Amino acid sequence: MADTRKPSGQARTLRRVLHYAARFRKHLVLTLVLAVITVALTLLIPILVGRAIDGMAGRGLVNFSAVGRVLAAVGISVLLTALAQWSMSLLNNRMAFRIVRQIRNQAFANLQTLPVAYFDGHPTGETVSRMISDADQFADGLLMGFTQLFTGVLTILGTLGFMFSVHAGITLVVLLMTPLSLFAAAFIAKRTYAMFDLQARTRAEQTACINETIGGQRVIQAFSRETAVLSEFDEINERLRAVSQTATFYSSLTNPVTRFINALVYAAVGVTGALAAVSGRMTVGGLSCFLSYANQYTKPFNEISGVMTELQNALACADRVFALIDAQPEQPDPADAAVLTDAKGSIEFSHISFSYVPERPLIEDCSVSVRPGQRVAIVGPTGCGKTTLINLLMRFYDVRDGAILADGTDIRQITRASLRAGIGMVLQETWLAHTTVRENIRMGKPDATDEEVIAAAKEAHAHSFIRRLPQGYDTVISDRSGSLSQGQRQLLCIARLMLCLPPVLILDEATSSIDTRTEQKIQSAFRRMMQGRTSFIVAHRLSTIQEADCILVMKDGSIIEQGTHESLVRQGGFYAELYRAQFAQ
Amino acid sequence: MKKLLRYLADYKKECLLGPLFKVLEVIFELLVPLVVASLIDRGIGGGDRSHIIRMALLMVLLAAVGLTSTLIAQFFAARAAVGFAAKLRHALMAHIQRMTYSDLDRAGTSELITRMTGDVNQVQTGVNLAIRLLTRSPIIVFGAMIMAFTVDFKSALVFAGVIPLLAAVVLTVMLVTIPMYRKVQGQLDTVTDATRDTLDGVRAIRAFRLEARETAKFREKNSLLTAMQEKVGSIAALMNPATYVLLNGAVILLLFIGALRVDSGRLTQGAVIALYNYMSQILVELIKLANLIITLNKTAACGDRIAAVLETGGEPETAARTPDISPEDAGSVVFEGVSFTYPDAAAPALSDISFTAKRGEVIGIIGGTGSGKSTLASLIPRFYEPTEGRILIDGIPAAEYEKPALRARIGVVPQKALLFRGTIRDNLLWGNPAADDSVLQTALETAQAAEIVRAKAKGLDEPVAEGGRNFSGGQRQRLTIARALVRQPAFLILDDSASALDYATDLRLRQALRALPDRPTVFIVSQRTASIQHADRILVLEDGHTAGIGTHEALLETCPVYREIYASQFPKEVC
Repeated sequence: MADTRKPSGQARTLRRVLHYAARFRKHLVLTLVLAVITVALTLLIPILVGRAIDGMAGRGLVNFSAVGRVLAAVGISVLLTALAQWSMSLLNNRMAFRIVRQIRNQAFANLQTLPVAYFDGHPTGETVSRMISDADQFADGLLMGFTQLFTGVLTILGTLGFMFSVHAGITLVVLLMTPLSLFAAAFIAKRTYAMFDLQARTRAEQTACINETIGGQRVIQAFSRETAVLSEFDEINERLRAVSQTATFYSSLTNPVTRFINALVYAAVGVTGALAAVSGRMTVGGLSCFLSYANQYTKPFNEISGVMTELQNALACADRVFALIDAQPEQPDPADAAVLTDAKGSIEFSHISFSYVPERPLIEDCSVSVRPGQRVAIVGPTGCGKTTLINLLMRFYDVRDGAILADGTDIRQITRASLRAGIGMVLQETWLAHTTVRENIRMGKPDATDEEVIAAAKEAHAHSFIRRLPQGYDTVISDRSGSLSQGQRQLLCIARLMLCLPPVLILDEATSSIDTRTEQKIQSAFRRMMQGRTSFIVAHRLSTIQEADCILVMKDGSIIEQGTHESLVRQGGFYAELYRAQFAQ
Repeated sequence: MKKLLRYLADYKKECLLGPLFKVLEVIFELLVPLVVASLIDRGIGGGDRSHIIRMALLMVLLAAVGLTSTLIAQFFAARAAVGFAAKLRHALMAHIQRMTYSDLDRAGTSELITRMTGDVNQVQTGVNLAIRLLTRSPIIVFGAMIMAFTVDFKSALVFAGVIPLLAAVVLTVMLVTIPMYRKVQGQLDTVTDATRDTLDGVRAIRAFRLEARETAKFREKNSLLTAMQEKVGSIAALMNPATYVLLNGAVILLLFIGALRVDSGRLTQGAVIALYNYMSQILVELIKLANLIITLNKTAACGDRIAAVLETGGEPETAARTPDISPEDAGSVVFEGVSFTYPDAAAPALSDISFTAKRGEVIGIIGGTGSGKSTLASLIPRFYEPTEGRILIDGIPAAEYEKPALRARIGVVPQKALLFRGTIRDNLLWGNPAADDSVLQTALETAQAAEIVRAKAKGLDEPVAEGGRNFSGGQRQRLTIARALVRQPAFLILDDSASALDYATDLRLRQALRALPDRPTVFIVSQRTASIQHADRILVLEDGHTAGIGTHEALLETCPVYREIYASQFPKEVC
């Protein structure tokens, strides 16, 4: 994380940010020029107004031509300032939004190249928040923050400069009182921080309680625990109320206190200015100009302290987004990689070793040879490496030692795209795209006709429930609505596979959420589908795998038994034990 | 939002005093330009140094009194807003406790959580700001104008002209941009969904080689978002320059009129400066007011959502009696032509279900995914009310029972084995807060969970993490069964709650339940024929209809659906 990084890390991040901004070099320069113009003109206006006021000393003493000229100058300055302000906002917006777009596109494109291990190791929510909110905060904080900081500093320096040019003594008074405002703000911030921290912790406690209560509401009602739960909640609620009240009050102090200090500065300028005017060292217009400067002088200080925290935060966000863009993509296909066409379906695992974490070896020196058209069932307790074999076959992960051969070629020498095109899979964790049922079934074969889609759906016993959906095949599937049951989602994935029918099939707990009776019906379709195709089936239910040509029994990462159902049961080993355990009466 | 205001009722005092002190603060602030005018006209014009110093001290005094008023106002605002939010959270939580299962289905768990956290916080912020600023900003704007009128009527007409113009500009920009920002938010959600989709579906995307298509689709959505952001940004960017021009235009006009009136001796130099100062104060407050309106708009939306939850269901108990149970009917459950349709569902989940269960019987309920097994079980404790037909519990219509009295007789083990933060004992006591340790121990033995507790260092006092995360699925299931047994219920409902148990433990559990001295009526919902085949009666459901009722042997003879389910799990014996 950024806060544990050394400054050099922050500097590197900053350079990266500048690199992105470089594409908008002209924008950036123009923005800075516009900022200078805006600040200068904004500061000029009080001076001009002061002059106009000097031009009206009293009854019959008004110098109309001078006042007129000055007012015309004010008008022109105002129009120019407005124009500069508007252009600056447009440029800033464009720069910020486009950089975010570029960063998001880059990050998304990189996601498509990352090894699957990355996704298994990083929670979805975390990556989403990097792509969405971190990218936003980065743009807001760094780009907007930067211009704010620039104009803020410019305003302070400009104000001091102008004030010095008008009257050095009063300027000194203002300068001396400046730290007062900064100290006050820092003092309050420090006090507030502790309160906010306690508030955040209490709030987190309450959120946990809310999550648990609402999530378990049905159980609570089943046990008539409503009153008990409510009083527990109220206790936290009361604590949160007390701490929030103090925190809210303290945090709202900053503005009035700085406003008070500002008023002190204002009074000091008033008294010194007026005394100077009495002794003729200053005009009334000059004093008016000073008073409006004193009004706006302290504002940038408050802004800058805010901007500084925001910049820090933005830099941390940038760090996280860059980490996503920089994440190492998987090894690209070698230049001379073969394209697998018309795969026969022979698969050989030759002395492979693999583990997700080096310290915990999983698969060690495992060998299996599968002839084209064979039906292979993989059986074993949870965590024994069944799904891992499939991960390796699909090249979601690569073996550490040994090799997997498809039609006699090392799969690392085959393009990933053609390898994966030759293998169709249905996994336990179904994934459906956020589009229509039809498009989801068509995913593996984009040119399939509607008739083919419907035929595949019928084959997968999905047709009848699809028809009952609000818009039939054109129903858009959304994760949120939860309109489809897990079993129905699996049926759609099976239909998807039925449509494209590649030479090798993988069914990883493909029917785990489908009731046994429907499963039974699908089995006949599966049997037809597997005819002449090499297939790998992972399942807990022994009944679904009894018909396999070859059963691989896995335990602790290695294949301990291999054979047909009958031979394994006769053998009386681990498989026979598993079989008996399931059907023990 | 209005309906929520009654939760502010206890803070009437704060809601009145807060703005009142805010008004005081504003008045002191508005006096400052007059003091400055006097400082210039009498002090500088008359060369009166002591007057200058007096005026400066007056300014400091005004600032100090202003600060005090502000602090008091902020204190009341914080108290009212935070107190209001706390009351709102309590009201929501209390209301959720009264919601029926149908209400909960409709409201949605994650939505309810958002209402109680994010939305309430937004309302708190809104109320706090409203008390602090809703009076301040308009009073400064109009106060400045009124003060200007006291200084010089003719010049002050400029104020009367420019304020509506400024308000019009601010309002127009806001009215145009607010719906646009809402659309931008919607598009941002689309981009978020696309990201989430690609992360969750990485294996499928790779398997179907959709990487390029996903990237192209994302780019399209992302570019649309950027275009929308730039569009609304360019409109919002008009606000500052436009108000700046208007305000300074007014200043020019003011100075011009001022010059004329100074020349004719009807206005002093100091008065012109005072007018100029009042004009400067207006702009800042107007922008603040605009932002406040945006925040309040959001607050109102959140408030409406909260109010909607408070209006969702949660009707009071209709029948509120604990009926007398005749001993011969105790422990019986009768379904008479019961149908049930979920709210907003097209087809019924259960159609015309009739059966009888007598005390001490074990009833098995089996069927495919979505056949209505769990729905049937949840009608017994009145989690849902039948849409047709009626259910008799202990020979008395279930609808005539007071819900807590009815549920006190039923031990429910839900499908999702959920435990709550606390200790194992805390969780078990949910079944019956008065139970002693020997009752707990018996329940644990019956539920085959005694070994779990024995294996823990602290035994019954072993802590349970949120949701019971620190126990395995099978352990959680057995503990939730024990929790239901602690109640020593007359009816026990096991909703697919032995799915994570191995067959041997499942068997021992069923035997132990049979041997319970109270002879509860047991309902076992399961997908496994092995779990229910020894039941006294098995109810086979298909698409919400009864496909067969009878013993295992009878059903194998007469019920094709049951035969198929059985065959799919025990292929050998049937083939």
